[in-house]
Amino acid sequence: MHDAPTPAVTPEPPAFTEVALRVNGVEHTLTIDTRTSLLDLLRERLGATGAKKGCDHGQCGACTVLIDGRRANSCLALVVAYAHSDVVTVEGLAAGGEPHALQRAFVEHDAFQCGYCTPGQLCSAAGMLDELRAGRPSAVTDGEVALSAEEVRERMSGNICRCGAYPNLVRAILEAGA
Amino acid sequence: MRPFRYERAADAAGAVELAAAPEAMFLGGGTNLVDLMRLGVERPALLVDVTKLDDGRIDETPDGGLRIGAGVRNSDLAGDTRVRERYPVLSAAVLHGASGQLRNVATTGGNLLQRTRCAYFQDVTKPCNKRDPGSGCPAREGEHHNLAIIGWSDACVATHPSDMAVALAALDASVETSTRSLPLLDLHRLPGEEPERDTVLDHGELIRAVHLPPLPVARRSRYVKVRERASFSFAVVSVAAALHVEDGTVADIRLALGGVAHKPWRAERAEEALRGAAASAESFARAADAELAQARPLRENAYKVPVARNLIIRTLSELA
Repeated sequence: MHDAPTPAVTPEPPAFTEVALRVNGVEHTLTIDTRTSLLDLLRERLGATGAKKGCDHGQCGACTVLIDGRRANSCLALVVAYAHSDVVTVEGLAAGGEPHALQRAFVEHDAFQCGYCTPGQLCSAAGMLDELRAGRPSAVTDGEVALSAEEVRERMSGNICRCGAYPNLVRAILEAGA
Repeated sequence: MRPFRYERAADAAGAVELAAAPEAMFLGGGTNLVDLMRLGVERPALLVDVTKLDDGRIDETPDGGLRIGAGVRNSDLAGDTRVRERYPVLSAAVLHGASGQLRNVATTGGNLLQRTRCAYFQDVTKPCNKRDPGSGCPAREGEHHNLAIIGWSDACVATHPSDMAVALAALDASVETSTRSLPLLDLHRLPGEEPERDTVLDHGELIRAVHLPPLPVARRSRYVKVRERASFSFAVVSVAAALHVEDGTVADIRLALGGVAHKPWRAERAEEALRGAAASAESFARAADAELAQARPLRENAYKVPVARNLIIRTLSELA
């Protein structure tokens, strides 16, 4: 599939609106084109380039951030719909300059190769471990919710790693979530 | 993406009023709509955000069922302990769809209204009767290995992509809109001559909730999905089933199929064949054959017929 071709006719004028939201603890009030995705806002306006644009269709997970504590694909999030939300990106995971437990585990277990998907993997894993601790089931849960390699593989299926670092990703997440 | 105006509706009446405008669309979680707007498939001039309405709850109903607000996120629906206990097939179906990130955002109403993932529908450089009525259907002769085997028309061979809706089809669910209540099975259409219409809803009609009736048979229910990879992939074929067996005989049954038609497919012929029959693999096979006798597979998707047959037999055998 392809993105829409540029129309030959004169495009309609964009609609602008003002939105306030918090990113990694900092309040921002910005005037935006209503079409702006959270991913583009983070990367192009706020300089938070940790979240990556992989597919821009919600299929690869490289753009994953936490919105009000829940993991979500920032490429499919229209900023206008998330006014007054609290967004945390990979830049906000490390509190007080100390790496997050997941970041330490990713380094220890060599859970990446090129690193492009890593910010999304980290944010997704952080959200996923919270879901698991809250007792949320997955498609492979049989009875009690408990951390396992099978659960990690199922729950992280929204994050693609083209380098194929999956075995070490599972090890790192299991360790950080233990 | 075409520029659009954005309005956040404070209540349902306001949302309906705003969405009466031509070229207006409701915005739920946006996990399908925003993507389709980026692809140029959907081109609304106005988005009416309905995620701030007071319909994000699951409530008990007086008859002992559940009312699931249209704004309930997929992950919250799947994790609800009442749903998990009383309608496990619904929780499982939701968890077999999409990814953790998407389920956190996608809503119940939006899940029902998601569009087909037929590659031609999503590619504006190709003809498609659903996207551009009268332009033709390249899928019938082209890439259709994952498209419909039942109920398709010459105009359209697309499938409905939802897993959640397959479970709801099995559970006798009904849909509450801003103007009426209708059985879930009547919400989605077969394509016929108007494949551009996925549902019977009018322009600006808002889904408010899904109602689940009390259904004892649903306590013993399963969702089983065959797909091309282990997770985060649309169904080749899926089965939602609930079964109650007494003294080796089928006392009550609900059965629906996903991935086979333009709408979630309630397997009424199979249910009819099984009521009062022996709860055996032979009966399940006969029932599957009764249902699938109406299949008209395309050149490259005949494999779905034995997959559906085996999946029905396996799922019912596991429940029996």
